[in-house]
Amino acid sequence: MPTFVYMTRCDGCGECVDICPSDIMHIDTTVRRAYNIEPNMCWECYSCVKACPHQAIDVRGYADFAPLGHSVRVKRDEEKGVIAWRIKFRNGEKDMDLLAPITTKPWGKYIPQLRDAPAPTKEQRDSQLLFNEPKYIRFDEGGLHTLESNGLKMVAGVEAY
Amino acid sequence: MAYKTIIEDNIDILVAGAGLGGTGAAFEARYWGQDKKIVIAEKANIDRSGAVAQGLYAINCYMGTRFGENNPEDHVRYARIDLMGMVREDLLFDMARHVDSAVHQFEEWGLPLMRNPKTGAYQREGRWQIMIHGESYKPIVAEAAKKSADKVFNRICVTHLLMDESKPNRVAGAVGFNVRTGNYHVFKSKTVIVGAGGASNIYKPRSVGEGAGRVWYAPWSSGSAYGLLIGAGAKMTQMENRIVLARFKDGYGPVGAYFLHLKTYTQNCLGEEYESNWFPALEKMVGKRYLDVEASHLTHRPIPTCLRNHAIVSEVNAGRGPIHMVTMHSFQDPHLEEIGWHNFLGMTVGQAVLWAATDVNPKEENPELTTSEPYVMGSHATACGAWCSGPEDVSPPEYFWGYNRMTTVEGLFGAGDAVGGTPHAFSSGSFTEGRLAAKAACKYIDDGKAEGIRVSAEQINRRKAEVYKPMEHYKIYRNEITAGSVNPNYINPRQGLDRLQKLMDEYAGGVTVSYMTNEKLLHIGLKKMKILEEDLEKIGAENIHELLRAWELKHRHLTSEAVFHHTLFRKETRWPGYYYRGDHMKVDDENWHVLTVSRRDPQTGGYTMEKAPCYHLVDDKAE
Repeated sequence: MPTFVYMTRCDGCGECVDICPSDIMHIDTTVRRAYNIEPNMCWECYSCVKACPHQAIDVRGYADFAPLGHSVRVKRDEEKGVIAWRIKFRNGEKDMDLLAPITTKPWGKYIPQLRDAPAPTKEQRDSQLLFNEPKYIRFDEGGLHTLESNGLKMVAGVEAY
Repeated sequence: MAYKTIIEDNIDILVAGAGLGGTGAAFEARYWGQDKKIVIAEKANIDRSGAVAQGLYAINCYMGTRFGENNPEDHVRYARIDLMGMVREDLLFDMARHVDSAVHQFEEWGLPLMRNPKTGAYQREGRWQIMIHGESYKPIVAEAAKKSADKVFNRICVTHLLMDESKPNRVAGAVGFNVRTGNYHVFKSKTVIVGAGGASNIYKPRSVGEGAGRVWYAPWSSGSAYGLLIGAGAKMTQMENRIVLARFKDGYGPVGAYFLHLKTYTQNCLGEEYESNWFPALEKMVGKRYLDVEASHLTHRPIPTCLRNHAIVSEVNAGRGPIHMVTMHSFQDPHLEEIGWHNFLGMTVGQAVLWAATDVNPKEENPELTTSEPYVMGSHATACGAWCSGPEDVSPPEYFWGYNRMTTVEGLFGAGDAVGGTPHAFSSGSFTEGRLAAKAACKYIDDGKAEGIRVSAEQINRRKAEVYKPMEHYKIYRNEITAGSVNPNYINPRQGLDRLQKLMDEYAGGVTVSYMTNEKLLHIGLKKMKILEEDLEKIGAENIHELLRAWELKHRHLTSEAVFHHTLFRKETRWPGYYYRGDHMKVDDENWHVLTVSRRDPQTGGYTMEKAPCYHLVDDKAE
């Protein structure tokens, strides 16, 4: 059913409900724990699996083409900036651990507050430039590419193709 | 119904939908509008919403002018060839000349971009793609948007745009409902930037049951970019240009890194190369202008995506399927094998789940490929979307009406899937389009174009009644039956979606008919679409979650209707492998080297179609 929730691990905190992009992780009113209300709208995106503080959510591949007995587990660590995966095959012959970085900087610290940036001049406003341009395009002294600078023009019709 | 009405007033810039396009818009708007009120309305949670919610393993649009790799016009030519000539080259050039500055900022914000240890440049996957560890791509850009916005409203399903009542054809904000509380939200705004998504799930999928969720484009991409814009009477372009993807079977895992970086290739069930066998006939069908086998061979000119699909579809229909991806050679290298798996985990975990479940070890067997059901979107190898103004210094008169990325409705802008004619924008290009739209929206306000906007209580209340109608309707008729989902007075959202998917599939060239349609089929389909529209007025929603699905379906329906009208209008087969007009099986440059533009009259629902000139960037000296 794509994602599912282990009864003994879920405490009904709702982190998965809060993050699910498809609005399909809901709290069951009887058992007070999360479950997937609409498996055929689940993308197996793992957003809820990663967000669950108790590793209570797992994925069982789509029933119409994925046989039982496999496992793809994940642990995402924002502090360390890494994500760790473990893939186990149905036949037990393959068992892989894979590690990848998720960020190179402390979370959110290197994103500028543009309200406090020096206000754009009238000249900048009237130009085609965006924030941090032209510098950030090539990190050189050059300007923005234009039709003129690149020796181009626009011509209509198939003959110009 | 006892839902509260919550009004957010005096907004300058409302961002409706905060995927890559919307986050780019919110971020940039703060710079050009430091004292402006910027508000985001997002259907899910901005940290994991849109097509990039799951992550990406590559940024597919990066010029690398900094490393002397490509110029913007090179990318325009590539996108033009890939889309069989039908693109907005002004918008593409504009996107391409700015996109690198977005990518360089992503790196500064902490997105891990891989570097080529030998050159120091970003690790290329292909000419336009760079490789990233992008599991947290979306949370990172979401941080930037949250820093810039005054308020972020998560879990708001935007259903309609508000229109100004003092000046015709001018936007005035948007309305929607909160998917958690059920409350009605009104956003009164001087401008709106639609960053909502394209459409998955409008064509019947190959999968049945649960697997319907494993669509190529996210299942939450409900065509709201088009539903909102069409509903407001904005002109649309190239809506016939739906896309079919060649992907790993069932899991729809990405193939880009496999082809480009891992150097895998395809073969038929006999282990033969098959693609080139289909090219001579295809060359006759589309003309040498679009497929010149000899020239492609000599110059490495890319073969358009649709034509490569055509070869797969033809080979399978000739009885030599399945098509296999030959991985067994590359995967002997443990480093490449690891990249192959990371590629899935970074953006399509479901494919890794499927291979684990079916014991597919690509080192020991060559996995199957297939062509997907069609999707309607505008940032991959396809160009559906709104007819938008381009930038002043690039666009010819037919493409320019004052403000970059503004639709034909005043004050209404688009980014990402919402903008038509700009394929191959992908994540970075969509973010860039959002930035461009935001700067233009600020200018529009500063120029005094948004003065005197009036929205009456009547409009707000009329929309409110409309928004909750599916729940009202359900309440009235539910108790006429004992139990279950079969009711003579209403259909539920899933039943409506099933009907839409079936008729799109059968009449508008879906997968079960090998993407074939014709004028007769399209006319029958359109008739059934009208009747479905009537039934959508009687859709029943049991709860707020179903109300969300009901509105997603209505947006998908509006999108689909545009696909029908555009497909009917263009009397040629421009993109074999995406779809075929059986009654016009060739590319017809004499009559159809043009962009198609439509408008749905919001009052009558009637469509008008027109042709717009297709401009190309040419070398100034060559003329």
